[in-house]
Amino acid sequence: MLEPQDKTRFEQLVLPHLNSAANLARWLLRNRADAEDVVQEAMLRAFRFFDRFRGGDARAWLLQIVRNTCYSWLEKHRPGELMTEFDEDLHQRPAPNPETLATQADERRQLMRALESLPPRSREVLVLRELEGCSYKEIAEVTGIPMGTVMSTLSRARERLQRALVSAAAKEAS
Amino acid sequence: MICEFSPITVHGYVDGELDAVRSAEFERHLENCAECQATLHKVESLRARLQQSNLYEYASPQLGERVRKHIGLAAGGVQLSGHLQRRFLIPVLAGLGVAAVFLIGFFLVSPDSQIAPITAELIDAHVRSLQPGHLTDVPSTDQHTVKPWFDGRLDFIPPVGDYSAQGFPLLGGRLDVVGGRTVAGVVYGRRKHVINLFAWPVRSREGLSDASGSRQGYNWIMWQAGDMQLCLVSDASVADLRELKNLISK
Repeated sequence: MLEPQDKTRFEQLVLPHLNSAANLARWLLRNRADAEDVVQEAMLRAFRFFDRFRGGDARAWLLQIVRNTCYSWLEKHRPGELMTEFDEDLHQRPAPNPETLATQADERRQLMRALESLPPRSREVLVLRELEGCSYKEIAEVTGIPMGTVMSTLSRARERLQRALVSAAAKEAS
Repeated sequence: MICEFSPITVHGYVDGELDAVRSAEFERHLENCAECQATLHKVESLRARLQQSNLYEYASPQLGERVRKHIGLAAGGVQLSGHLQRRFLIPVLAGLGVAAVFLIGFFLVSPDSQIAPITAELIDAHVRSLQPGHLTDVPSTDQHTVKPWFDGRLDFIPPVGDYSAQGFPLLGGRLDVVGGRTVAGVVYGRRKHVINLFAWPVRSREGLSDASGSRQGYNWIMWQAGDMQLCLVSDASVADLRELKNLISK
């Protein structure tokens, strides 16, 4: 059982990272409603295990729990997603009308679709690095990837995203 | 010319994860290697696209409230010890709470509505600081020079750190006026970008909520740490700003 002062500590150290938790879950689950449910579960789990938090990087500690909760959820509800290396289904969704492509909303949609077509393990490093601003050390802590291979994992993920964007653009042009 | 660097090195460079020596070596190499230049450009433009498309998803206010409720925290407030609560504070606090809601509603409407004018001013201050000769009043890479400089000029001491090992060298400090009050400006570098950290004291209840955004091509992140309101402004990427924020918050 947590003491009242632990509650206050949790409120000060962990709760401020709720947005980071929501962002990571949204991108891992590709759906906002599921993400909010899973984040709630992950926050309660974090709270239960808070006595195991030994200080240090509270955001990375929380994101690690969020990530694990997301993967367990995926295993249970959409096991296929963890197997696929590349989501063909998503990738072949009809492309938007080329005339409206220039608008920012379409740029956003295009990026979303490309990002969502990547395997979760590529997607998560991109989200952690480019949207969340995590250092390699934090990425290693959250994902369990060895520190020495974060750079190569990221470089592969960026190449994949680049390819997905190029092929989406090519499809639109054809 | 044969590239002697592994093709992934450029990623470490863009991410600010090479140590100072290696980073300098790589910069020298970049000048002559068209291949690495092309990769660098690709990675940087991909990052810019990702960060300028509002892909970041924030938690809904309802989620925040649900989590607080489940954990047994008062909604958005401070938790008091159960003993005191049971004794006599509940009725008193309830009365105060109602009064506070009225007062806040009356005077502020919402703290978020204050954010836009302040960030506009902060961005103006950032742009002003980029004019020749305006960046620093005390140019120094030594936190033990910059920090004492503020002492005596301000009635608060802004956070000043040395994060050059993480790719954010300290460039100096400056006084600025934002929203009619004197604020501290601490200047950091990020590759070729300048980042301003603005700091001013607030009473905890008056602080603006944590937020971030971009405007006129500049990114900003605002947050409160104790009795200090802090805001980073720069044309550097949001990821860079978040990284610096984390370093400052540590």
